[in-house]
Amino acid sequence: MKIAGHRVPVTVYIGGFIVLVTLIVILFAPWVAPYPQTKIVGGVWDLPDAHDWLGTDSIGRDMLSRLIYGGRTSVTIALVATFFTMLIGVGLGFLAASTNKLVDSILSRIVDVLLAMPILIFALMVFAVLGTSIPIMIATISTLESTRVFRLARAVAMNITVLDYVQVARLRGEGVGWVIFREILPNALPPLIAEFGLRFCFTFLFIASLSFLGLGIQPPAADWGSMVHDNAQAISFGGFAPLFPAAAIALVTIGVNLIVDWLLSIHALPAGAGAEV
Amino acid sequence: MEILRFIVTRAALGVLTLLAVSILLYLGTQLLPGDVASALLGQSATPEALAVLRAKLGLNTPAYLRYLHWLWGVVHGNLGSSLTTGTPIAGVLLPRLANTLFLAGYAAIIAVPLAVGLGILAAIREGGILDRLSSTLSLATISFPEFFVSYILIVVFASQLGWLPSLATVYGGMGFWNRIDATTLPAMTLTLVVVAHMLRMTRTSTLAVMSSPYVETAFLKGLSRTRVVLNHALPNALGPIIAVVALNLAYLVVGVVVVEVVFVYPGVGQLMVDAVSKRDLPTVQACGLVFAVAFIGLNTLADILAALANPRLRGSRGR
Amino acid sequence: MNQSARPDETLLEIKGLRIEAGVSAVLVDSIDLVLRRGEVLGLIGESGAGKSTLGLAAMVYARAGCRITGGEILLSGKDLRTLDAAGRRAMRGVRVAYVAQSAASAFNPAMTLMDQVCEGPLRHGLMGRKEAEANAVALFTALDLPSPQTFGRRYPHEASGGQLQRAMVAMAMSCRPDLLVLDEPTTALDVTTQIEVLAKLRELIRDHGTAALYVTHDLSVVAQIADRILVLRHGKMVETGTTAEILTAPSSPYTRALVAERQAAMSGQGIAGAPRAATVLAVEDVTIKYGNLTAVDRVGFLVGRGETVAVVGESGSGKSTLAYAAVGQIEPADGGFRFGDALLPPSYKSRSLDQRRRIQLIYQLPDIALNPRQTIGDILGRPVAFFEKMSRAAVRARVAELLRLVGLPEDFTVRLPGQLSGGQKQRVCIARALAARPELVICDEVTSALDPLVAEEILKLLKQLQDELGVSYLFITHDLGTVKRIAHRVVVMLKGRMVAEGTTAAIFDAPPDDYTRKLLLSVPEMRTDWLDEALERREIWRAGPAPAIA
Repeated sequence: MKIAGHRVPVTVYIGGFIVLVTLIVILFAPWVAPYPQTKIVGGVWDLPDAHDWLGTDSIGRDMLSRLIYGGRTSVTIALVATFFTMLIGVGLGFLAASTNKLVDSILSRIVDVLLAMPILIFALMVFAVLGTSIPIMIATISTLESTRVFRLARAVAMNITVLDYVQVARLRGEGVGWVIFREILPNALPPLIAEFGLRFCFTFLFIASLSFLGLGIQPPAADWGSMVHDNAQAISFGGFAPLFPAAAIALVTIGVNLIVDWLLSIHALPAGAGAEV
Repeated sequence: MEILRFIVTRAALGVLTLLAVSILLYLGTQLLPGDVASALLGQSATPEALAVLRAKLGLNTPAYLRYLHWLWGVVHGNLGSSLTTGTPIAGVLLPRLANTLFLAGYAAIIAVPLAVGLGILAAIREGGILDRLSSTLSLATISFPEFFVSYILIVVFASQLGWLPSLATVYGGMGFWNRIDATTLPAMTLTLVVVAHMLRMTRTSTLAVMSSPYVETAFLKGLSRTRVVLNHALPNALGPIIAVVALNLAYLVVGVVVVEVVFVYPGVGQLMVDAVSKRDLPTVQACGLVFAVAFIGLNTLADILAALANPRLRGSRGR
Repeated sequence: MNQSARPDETLLEIKGLRIEAGVSAVLVDSIDLVLRRGEVLGLIGESGAGKSTLGLAAMVYARAGCRITGGEILLSGKDLRTLDAAGRRAMRGVRVAYVAQSAASAFNPAMTLMDQVCEGPLRHGLMGRKEAEANAVALFTALDLPSPQTFGRRYPHEASGGQLQRAMVAMAMSCRPDLLVLDEPTTALDVTTQIEVLAKLRELIRDHGTAALYVTHDLSVVAQIADRILVLRHGKMVETGTTAEILTAPSSPYTRALVAERQAAMSGQGIAGAPRAATVLAVEDVTIKYGNLTAVDRVGFLVGRGETVAVVGESGSGKSTLAYAAVGQIEPADGGFRFGDALLPPSYKSRSLDQRRRIQLIYQLPDIALNPRQTIGDILGRPVAFFEKMSRAAVRARVAELLRLVGLPEDFTVRLPGQLSGGQKQRVCIARALAARPELVICDEVTSALDPLVAEEILKLLKQLQDELGVSYLFITHDLGTVKRIAHRVVVMLKGRMVAEGTTAAIFDAPPDDYTRKLLLSVPEMRTDWLDEALERREIWRAGPAPAIA
C-alpha cells in the first residue's frame, strides 16, 4: 500500500496496530477489563496465573484491569498536554516567523532561556512552588515543551516565508492571517504532524516519569507511571508487578515512534528538529 | 583572531544565560498565590506564626534585593539553609554532587565512545546488519522509560543472576571498586538510555556528511572507503558529533534524577525530588542551580569545541 | 601516464549502455560512443537528458538510486564493468578523473587545497610528497592561479569561485589521467570568469594530450573546446558528428532547433528603440545598502510605456537588489522610484493597493514562486479577486482568459504546480502577474532556470504580451543573448554602479566603457574559432590605449 505516493514499510503497520489496539482497549475499558478497577481479587503481588493474567498489585487488585483503566488516564493526559504544547508552540513560532523582527527576537530570547535547562528541572521547580495537580502539570509541561515546538515551527515557517510565493502574497498586500493559514500552514503540515507524534512520545514518557517520582498524577487517579511507583517494592520480593505498567508505557511509545520515524524519513525535517531534550 | 572572539562571546553568553535561569529559579517562587510562608504553613496558620516565618525567610524585603542577596551568598558558597532541617544546604549538597558526578561520569565514559563509534559505523555501512540492528535497539531504548530499563536490569542482574546489588548504597570512605560495584546497574541504565539517543544522532550527522558532494569527489579520486571516512567525512562530522555528545550529556542530567530514585542512590537528583515533595524551596533552588550550571556549562563547552573543529572559524592561512 | 601510446588509438568505447533509476525509470538507453586518445567529446542536452549520468558512467559510477544495467564501458579495450572494487579504485582518479560543476561544494571544507590536490598522487603511490606538491604548483601555474607557490595553503572558503573551479581542474589533472570527465565546469561562473577558465582548461588538456567528455547544455561553450559533439535527449542519442557538422549542418530537427535558438540569441540586435512615450517608472538616484555594504550606488534611468529595459550585470552587480527595491521588498537608503506622477513609498507596506497592483514581479525559479498546495485556479483567482473585487463567476472567466493569454489549456485550473513542467509553471507565474493588469512587470532572470528551447518560447510569449497589452518590462538578466532578443534599452551594472546605458543597438555596436566591452567580448559565440579570436582581441585591447580593468 502507498500513502501520498510513499511506500508504507511493515514497521508502520506494527506501530499502527499497537496504537489502534491501545485506543480501542482504553476506549472500551469497562467492556474489555476482566474486573472493575478497584475490586480486590487476590493477595498482594500474586504472580500471573490463569485467573489474573498479569497477577495482582500492591493491595491485591487485578493488574490487567488496572492497566486498562490506567491507560485512559495516561494517554488522555498526554494527548491533552501535547495538544496544548503544539497549539502554543506552533502559534508563537509562526507568529515569530511571519510578523516583525521585534516580536521574533523577544519570543526567541525568552525561549532561549527556557531551552537552556532540562524540562524536568524547571518542572520540579514549579511543582515545589505550586504543588502537584493535573491542571498544573498539563500547564507546566505544555508551556515548557512548547519552547521545543516553537523552535521547529519557527524554522519550518522561516524556510517557507523566504520562498517566492509567500513574497508574492505579501507584496500583493495580504494580511498576516492569509499568509499564515493559506501560504505557510498547508506547506508546514507534514513536519508538524511528525512533530506531534514526537512530542506525544516525549510528553507521555515525561508524565510517566513524574508519576513514578511521586510528583505527577496523585491518588486516587491512577496512571501507568504511578502504578510503577506504587508497585516498585515488589521487585525486592521477587515479583514483576512494576514491569507490566512500565512495559505498557514502552509499548505505546514504540508504537507511536515507529510511525513517527517513517513520517520523519519521508519529510526530512530541518536539522536538529526533535533532537532536543 | 576570529576564533578567540567567538570563544569569549560564547562564554559570556553562557554566563548570561545562567544568570537568566537563576533569576527564573529564584523568582519562580513569586508565582505563588500569597507567599512562601502561607504556602508552607497552610490555611490554618496563625498570623503570628506567619509573621515569624516571613521575618525568618526575609520576605519583608523586595524580591530583587532578596535575589541579589541570595546570588551574593551563592557566589560565596552559601546556598542558604534547608526549610525542613534548618541545616546549611551546601553541607548536604556537596557530597551528593560528588556522588552524582561519579555516576554520570561512569555512564559517560562508557556511553560516549560506544555511541559515537557505533553511530559512525552504522552510518558508514548504512543499511547493513549493524545499522539495522542498532537502529532497532535504539528505537526500543528510546521508547523505554528509564525506570523500565532499571527494573529489567534489576530483575536480570540482581534478582535472577545475583551478580550485582539492586540498591546502589554508597557511603563516605567506601573503596573505589566497591563504589563501582554498587553503581554499575544505575550506570548501565543511564548508558543504555543515552547511547540510544546519541547513536541515532551521530548516525544522522555522519550520514549528512557522507552524502555531501566532496565525499563523492573523494570516492571518484579512487580513495578507499577507510581513507574517505577518516580524511574527508570525520573531520567535517566532528563539529556536529560534539554537539550531539553535549546534547546527550544533558539527557544524562535528566536521566540521573529518575535513576537515582530507582536505585535509592544518594545524589543531587534524589535530594531534589525529596525536597520537591517536602516543598523545601531553598534546597530545590540550590539543586536546580547545580543542574543549570552543569547543563549550560556543557552546552557552552560543546559550542566552543565545535567551533574549534570548524576550519572556517579556526582557519587562517599557513599551517 | 601512457605518453608513448599512438595518438589515434581508441581510448574509451561505450557500447549499448543502459542506466536505470528506481524501479523502472531509464536514464540512459542504448548509448554507443567512441573516444580516441586526446579527443574531446561534447555531451549536449537539456536538463534530464542523462548527460551527467553518461559522463559519470565513464568511471563506472552511478549516483545513489541509479544502476548501470546494460552495455560495456571499455577503457583501452578493457571492460570497466568487470572490474572489482580495488580495480575501480585504481582506475578512478588515475586513468579517468572528474571535474564537478560546483567546485565550491566538491572540495572538502576542512582540508587545504594543496592537501586535496596532492591526495590522489600520494594515495595511489604515484609520487612522493615533494614531487606531488611540485606537480600541484606546476598545475596552479599553468592554470594561472594567483601566487601558485602559496595558493595551495588556502582552504576552499578562501578562494573565489573561478579559482576553485581551476583548482578542481588541477586536482583532476594531478595524476595525469588519460580521460577527464568535465561536468558543466563553467556553468556556475560569470561570463568574464568563464572565458579565463575555459581558455586555461583547453590549453592544459591540449598540452597533456588528455581526452575529455565535456558535459554541458551550452552549444557556444562546447564549440570552443570539443572535437566532436554528441546530442542527447531523454537518455537517448539524437545525433553525433564533428563540432563543425553539428553547428553548421545539424541533421535532426531537435539539434536544428537548438542551433537556431543560439543563432537567434547571437544575431539579435535588440528591438529598435520605440519613440519614447510617457515614462512609466523613473529610477531616481537609488542607493541601497546592506549594513556597510553598498549594493546599489546612485543608479538612475527611465522606463517608458510599452518599453523593455534590460538591466545586465554579473553576480554581485546589484541588479536583483534593484528589482526588489522597485517592488518595495527592500528599502533604498537614498533616492527612490517615481511611478507615473507619484513618488512610490519605499516599503510595499505603505504603498496603496493600486500602486502595488501596477508593478508586478516575476521570479527566477517558478518552482518556488508557486505555492505547491494551491491549484492553478486558486493561484490565479486570488489576485483577480484581491485587486478587482469581482464576483466568483467573473473571477473564473478572468482566470480562463489569463490561461488563454499565456497559452495554457483552461483545464489547468484544477492542477497543482507539481503536475506542470518548468516552462508551464513560468507561464502560470506570468499569468499571475498579468492578473493584476500591471503597467510594469519586473522580470528577474525569468528564463535562466529554463532549458534553451523553453526559454525561447517564454521570451516570445513575453514579447507577444507586450504587443497585445502594452506593458513595460524591467528585465533583470545576466545573459546578453536574452537582452539582444527582447530589450529596447540596456542598463549595464558593475558592483552596484551603472556603467552604461543606452539603446540595445548602440550598446552592442559601440560599448561606451571598458567593462561593457569586456562583457561583450566574453560572451561565447557558436563558432569553433571564437575563443582564439576573443583571446586575441582581449590582448590587443588590453595592450591598447584604453586602461585595462582589474
